[in-house]
Amino acid sequence: MDLATFLVQCLNAVQYGLLLFLVASGLTLIFGIMGVINLAHGSFYMVGAYMAFSLTPLFGQSFLLMLLAGLVLSAIFGYVLEWVFFSYLYERDHLQQVLMTYALILVFEEVRSLLVGNDVHGVPVPQWLAGAIPLGELMTYPVYRLFASAACLVLAVALYLVVNRTRLGMMIRAGASNRDMVRGLGVNITRLYRIVFAGGVALAALAGMIAAPMSSVYPGMGGHVLIISFVVVVIGGIGSITGALIASLLVGFVDTFGKVFFAEVSGIGVYLLMAVILVWRPEGLMRRGY
Amino acid sequence: MIRRAFPWIVAVLLLAAPALLTPYTYDLLLRIMVMAVFALSLELLVGMTGLVSLGHAAFLGIGAYSTVLLSPQYDPGNALLLLLTAAGISALYALFVGALSLRTKGVYFIMVTLAFAQMAYFVFHDTPIGRGTDGIYLVARPVAGAFDAENRTHLYYLVTGTLIGTYGLLALVRRSRFGHALAGIRVNEQRMRAVGFATYVYKLAAFVLAGALAGVAGFLLAVKDGFVNPELLSWHESGAVLLMIILGGIGHLRGAVLGAAAFVLLRELYASPDLVGPVSEHWQLALGLTIIVFVALLPKGLIGLPARLRGRR
Repeated sequence: MDLATFLVQCLNAVQYGLLLFLVASGLTLIFGIMGVINLAHGSFYMVGAYMAFSLTPLFGQSFLLMLLAGLVLSAIFGYVLEWVFFSYLYERDHLQQVLMTYALILVFEEVRSLLVGNDVHGVPVPQWLAGAIPLGELMTYPVYRLFASAACLVLAVALYLVVNRTRLGMMIRAGASNRDMVRGLGVNITRLYRIVFAGGVALAALAGMIAAPMSSVYPGMGGHVLIISFVVVVIGGIGSITGALIASLLVGFVDTFGKVFFAEVSGIGVYLLMAVILVWRPEGLMRRGY
Repeated sequence: MIRRAFPWIVAVLLLAAPALLTPYTYDLLLRIMVMAVFALSLELLVGMTGLVSLGHAAFLGIGAYSTVLLSPQYDPGNALLLLLTAAGISALYALFVGALSLRTKGVYFIMVTLAFAQMAYFVFHDTPIGRGTDGIYLVARPVAGAFDAENRTHLYYLVTGTLIGTYGLLALVRRSRFGHALAGIRVNEQRMRAVGFATYVYKLAAFVLAGALAGVAGFLLAVKDGFVNPELLSWHESGAVLLMIILGGIGHLRGAVLGAAAFVLLRELYASPDLVGPVSEHWQLALGLTIIVFVALLPKGLIGLPARLRGRR
């Protein structure tokens, strides 16, 4: 493998890892703070991708504007969903949460099929991002992938700042390490839950929108992302944003280079990574005591 | 009294049933019974030990695949040998998954079992072992002595016998010292450890036994359908079996069987255009909504229904 190929694969790994981070960070926060296992989180990724598909004709070339609109729409969607559905799950045990959110996946998939059908769709890359950068003599790298990495990076930094530098973030961190204490100190936990949930949905949907022009938009696309995000959360440690970031990048590299070197068994590499981490640190890389 | 006798009555009815069956009900009943064996194996984990596994379909799939892959290409294999290897290979994978995933608890355990099931899915989906998404056909159903699985009555009694055997085995496990230890772990693991039980070993033993029984269900499924594909291992299947035992009622062996029957029948109902009209095109929607309403209204499952009705009055 020459240097140019190696660099391209590294870029791919980072891009995939960052995209995963957007989905997994919401998942880990929802676990950490509300203690809800949300199997439907992958569906939000799918909702995002389909949103990109149906909003593109409306917004044309103004891709950023579309992302913004998607962000707002999905946050509202998440807020309402928490209100009418998820808020009833907190007091129930994990088993029932698993079932209810599993059922929610079935509902989402069918509603999607009713609204947009079961065809595989493509989302065009906006013209101003359509080019490719030449690398070496033979290789090129699509501009859109760089844009995707950059967009994810911006969102990751924004998330980091919100969580670590704002009052809301303080409550979120406190909630992740000791939920009952935060409630006891008089924080409006209902509102906090709703905001965190809406944020998690918005991040997952944004990941779906950003991914849509690179991968096609197809039924059941949420399922795979969901399970890989679980792996990320397990590796990173529940409730830890930093852990999610490290784990996403690890998973991104293992998956990308697994595909290069061991194409046939590449699907397994990520899970073996998880197995190793479980032997070494069953609580995840960044789990803080509780 | 009636409640005690109930499983026996069902067993006798099942043994006498083939005379009354049409091909359609035969297939449906067989499907219910295979799923009931599968659900019972998960009940050992969830109901008896308190371990929520969301990757149980992996063991079903491994059992089914090993049955098809280890059969001679054109001749029937030895049923007994295939049954034992299916259980054995599933148990081995359960040993691997259990040893790792039991290092974690609660939500982690759910996610880890799901992830390892997905790993098994990819092994059969992507590598030459499983021959890809299309799956593999079982050319000749296995035989053993006078028994021949090609014969519908023989197959029926094989499945019924396995179901009754699994039910009996788990009923015995429940009454045994081992079963009581598992119940103790479910209620308060810390205390069990304090009393001197190596809880990890007990949980691992339960996990391996559950994996082996799921492998047996996989063997039955492969023999019944004569066909396997990677979807057997998909996480939808793991979710479905978890649903069955909840639908029936956690903590009762009867619940698992009842839930398997209810789930298979519900799915059949919602997917039949003759019965529900246009809904059948979107049966998952109907099924999903039913589950949500059901779990919300009946947390104890179908088993809890009579008590609930009495309570209302």
